[in-house]
Amino acid sequence: MRRSFVHTLIELADRDPRVVLLTGDLGFMVFEPFIERFPDRFFNVGVAEQNMVGVATGLADAGFVPFVYSIATFASMRAYEFIRNGPLLHQLPVRVVGVGGGFEYGTAGPSHHGIEDVAVMRALPGMTVIAPADHAQAVAAIRACWDLPGPVYLRLGKDDHVLVPNLDGRFRLGRAEVVRHGGDVAMVAMGAVSAEVAVSAADLSENGIEATVVVVASVSPPPVEDLVRILDGFATVITVEGHSVVGGLGSLVSEVVAERGLGCRVIRRGVRCFGDGRGGGHAYLDNRHGLSRRALVRTAREALVGLHTS
Amino acid sequence: MPAAEGVLLGYSIRRVILEQSKRANVGHIGSCLSVADIIAALYGGVLHVPEPDDPDRDRFILSKGHAALALYAALHLRGWVSAAELDTFCGDGSRLGVHPEHVVPGVDFSTGSLGQGLSYGAGAALGAQLLGSRRRVFVLISDAECNEGATWEAVMFAAHRRLANLVAIVDLNGQQALGPTRDVLDLSPMSERWRAFGWDVHEVDGHDEKRLGGVVAHLETVSGRPHVLIARTVFGRGVSFMEGQIRWHYLPMSDEQYAHALREVDDASCAAALFTH
Repeated sequence: MRRSFVHTLIELADRDPRVVLLTGDLGFMVFEPFIERFPDRFFNVGVAEQNMVGVATGLADAGFVPFVYSIATFASMRAYEFIRNGPLLHQLPVRVVGVGGGFEYGTAGPSHHGIEDVAVMRALPGMTVIAPADHAQAVAAIRACWDLPGPVYLRLGKDDHVLVPNLDGRFRLGRAEVVRHGGDVAMVAMGAVSAEVAVSAADLSENGIEATVVVVASVSPPPVEDLVRILDGFATVITVEGHSVVGGLGSLVSEVVAERGLGCRVIRRGVRCFGDGRGGGHAYLDNRHGLSRRALVRTAREALVGLHTS
Repeated sequence: MPAAEGVLLGYSIRRVILEQSKRANVGHIGSCLSVADIIAALYGGVLHVPEPDDPDRDRFILSKGHAALALYAALHLRGWVSAAELDTFCGDGSRLGVHPEHVVPGVDFSTGSLGQGLSYGAGAALGAQLLGSRRRVFVLISDAECNEGATWEAVMFAAHRRLANLVAIVDLNGQQALGPTRDVLDLSPMSERWRAFGWDVHEVDGHDEKRLGGVVAHLETVSGRPHVLIARTVFGRGVSFMEGQIRWHYLPMSDEQYAHALREVDDASCAAALFTH
C-alpha cells in the first residue's frame, strides 16, 4: 500500500497546496516521486517521531494538512502523547501514517511488529482510525479521509499487489464491506490479513462450509449498524486481525455484540503473546499466531463443531 | 500600551496571580511569579497581536503550561479575558484551568505536558515561512523542560531548518519539582548547549522587562538561526518568602501569607510607579 499511498498523495498534493509530507527518516524507494514533484513540501525530520508530530501540529494550525510517516509502531506509540495533546486535542488535520501492521516486518522482530497501534489509536475519542485491507482500498480510504477536519490514523500494509477478492477498492467511512456471503459462519477481518481470510473462506466453501466475510477498514468511526445487521442471526463470528486481540477489531466486534445484545459467540483470532524469542518471517509468524489460511480454516471448522475453546 | 503601563505590567500580572491563586486556593504560584516579567515583556509590546484571532499575529506558546495563570493575567490585562471569566479560574466548567487550553482567546496552543511546546512552535514557524508570513513564534519553556528529549528534537530541527522566526525563551530559575535543577539533572552550561545545537543565544535578566523587549527587537527573524533567550529568573520572584522556595511549586497561600505577599507586590508597584514618573 506504500506506493499506492504515495501516488494518491501526489494526486492530492496536486489539487491542494496545503498537503505536505513529513517522514521520520523512512521511505527509501517509496517517496522519490513525491520529492521529485514537490521538493518544498517534503520534510525529513530525522529519527524524531515526537517532534515530527509536534511540528505537524504547528503546521496544521497554520493551515496545512500534514501527513506524517513512519513504521506503525513508531508512528503510533513513540509519538502517542504528542498525537493526543497535539492534533487530537486541537482537532487539527494531521494524518499519522503507520506502515506495516501485525507481523509485516517479520524478521525485523518484536520492536517492529505493529500489534497495538489500532488499540491505542482507537482509545482516542475523536481520532479517525483507518486500516485498509489492500492497496485499492487504501487509495479509496485516503481519498475519503484526507480532508477531514480532525486527525486521522492510517494503518498501511506493505504489500502493493495482493487484492481482496470482491472488495473492488470500496471504502466508506463508518461502514463495513461484505466481500463474501455465506450462512454458516461470519468472519470479520481488518487490515492486510483480510486477503488471507478471503482465501480461507474459499477453502471452507470447498469443504461445504459457507462463510460471510466482512472487511472493517473504518475502525473509528466503527461500522456499528453494519455489523449489527450483518452479524445478526449468526451463531459464530470469527474476528481476524494482525494485531493484539485486545483493543483492536476483536474488541470492537465484541463490544458491538455485547452492547447490542446479539446472540453470537465471538472467537478472536490475533496476537496473544509478545516477544517469546521465536522470530521468523511474516508468513511464519502469521501461522504461529493463527492468522494463516490453514490456521483460519481450522479455527472455523473447530468452531462449527464446538471444539474451539478460546 | 503606554510605556509606563508596560513597566507596571509585571506588577499587575503578579497581583492577578496572587488574587486568583488565593481565590481558587491553588499552587504553582512560584512558577507563575518566575515568568511574570517575561510575560509582561511579551504582552507589553514584544508580541505583535492586535487581536487574538488576527491570522498574522505573532504566536505565543506557554510550553510550561503550569504557569498559565500568568498568561491569563496578561490576557485579562489586554482585555481578551474578562474579569468575570478570570474569576472562574479553576472552577467547574471554566475554560481557565491550571494549564492553558486553546479554546481561550489568546491561547494559541494547549499545553501542560512538558516538552511539547517547542515542537508546536517549530511547526508554527515553519508554517509561517512556507506561507511567506513575517509573523514570529515565541515559545516560553522552563529549564526543567530541557530534561525532555523531545525538546532537543525540536532544538535540532529548528536549527537545521534555520527557523529564524522562532524565539525560545528559557525560564532559567534553577528549580524543578523535586529540587534544584543542578541536583536533579544538571543542565549547565545551558547557553553553551543551545549554542552547540546551532541557535543564536542571548543571556538576559528575566525580570528586566525593558531589556527583554530590547533584545527581541534586535533579533533577525527573517533569515538565519533560531533564537533563544536564556532568561535568568528567580522562582517566586516578587514575594520574598517564596523566592527560591520549592514548596511554592505546590502550596496555596494562607490568609496571612496572602496579605503579606500582596503588600510586597503593591509596595514594589508603587516604588516602580514613582521611579517611572
